Amino acid sequence: MIVIFGVVLLTLLVITAIAIVRTENLFVAVMLLGIASLFIAGNFFLLDAADVALTEAAIGAGISTVLFLSALALTSERERSKSSNKILSFTVVAVAALVLIYATFDKPRFGDPDAPVQTHVAPWYLEKTPEYIDIPNVVTAVLGSYRGYDTLGEVLVVFTAGIGVLFLLGSGAPLGSLPQEKINEGLRHHLIPRVVGRVLIPFILLFGLYVQFHGEYGPGGGFQAGAIIAAAIILFSLLEGEQRALSVLPARVLLGLVAFGPLLYLAVGIAGIVLGGNFLDYSVLSSDPVKGQQLGILLIEAGVGITVTGVLLSVFHAFAARGR
Amino acid sequence: METLLDILSWVSLSLGGLMVLIGGIGALRMPDLYTRMHAASVTDSMGAILVLVGIMLQAGLTLATIKLIAILLFLLISSPTSSNTLASAALLAGTRPFEEAHQSDEEDKE
Repeated sequence: MIVIFGVVLLTLLVITAIAIVRTENLFVAVMLLGIASLFIAGNFFLLDAADVALTEAAIGAGISTVLFLSALALTSERERSKSSNKILSFTVVAVAALVLIYATFDKPRFGDPDAPVQTHVAPWYLEKTPEYIDIPNVVTAVLGSYRGYDTLGEVLVVFTAGIGVLFLLGSGAPLGSLPQEKINEGLRHHLIPRVVGRVLIPFILLFGLYVQFHGEYGPGGGFQAGAIIAAAIILFSLLEGEQRALSVLPARVLLGLVAFGPLLYLAVGIAGIVLGGNFLDYSVLSSDPVKGQQLGILLIEAGVGITVTGVLLSVFHAFAARGR
Repeated sequence: METLLDILSWVSLSLGGLMVLIGGIGALRMPDLYTRMHAASVTDSMGAILVLVGIMLQAGLTLATIKLIAILLFLLISSPTSSNTLASAALLAGTRPFEEAHQSDEEDKE
């Protein structure tokens, strides 16, 4: 049954991908990208990867659509006429596809218990997590503690990408210097979205916090929560006008968040060294090693969430500032 | 009791699926944006209610049902709002509703 669902979802994904390539309207392409992300998220969920599915749905289908749309607002909606060298691009794609198809021949069968991924460190993670960290969601344990270096790298990638976008787009003209009528009022004159938004935004924020701090027990964590919280604030700025969102969370504060997240993560790591353990070894953070691990994961997940929220909101405001 | 619940939930799930299917057909067959949105949004809300009630009957009185109720509330608030926003955005952008007379004018020209 699951296989049928998977095949249907993957077929729809392929159809969507072809449609994305074929369409010349960039707006349509962005919408289709969101749908494609949703299909991928559904597929991840079918494969029991709830954490990844949540990330894909929140970031791929949610936030990146918003960011693409704000980028589109700065350019035209139509694709520029296609380059003439079709043979070259077709060859490149064909060679890449052949290499990928060839690579799948070496892949173990789906769900094979003897596959390297099942026999390497995964059994150790599954057996030892209750003993060392004692949280139900092993994914969070792997992400936060066992593979803490990797997650630190990811946070730094998000940080660097955010800084790069801000350098490229600039922070825009300061709001005070603009004439009053040019300031974006959002959808303030539209009553229904505004009222509904006011009702929903607190709950979206609450859900974001739930995802953030429930990551040890269920699917969730900093990346997803950061995206959800950023989405709530982006919704607020769409409804109430950008400058009201900026008066709640000024650009300077957002930049502070962008820097504070990785710093918090690194500080937890260095605290491990200072207290006599290794870098990113949380066991020494508390007298009880298990409690220390849990505290460390909670702190670094907070760092991740703060970074993601800060970067996404800064990038959104940078795009919006360019549009003025 | 168990069988009754099963039957009820399957009826509800199938009806919900039917609603979504009708909405899909309507979205493809209707003549302009507004009628398409009407077809898709109304059946979508009903379909969401029926499907989620069907799953709730399967789940019984558990935490899952409470989460499903929260999802249902969110959908019932957000999906009509998004339809309304989309329609008013289309109207602002200058998309005119389909009119029979308008159509026959164009046919006359041909």
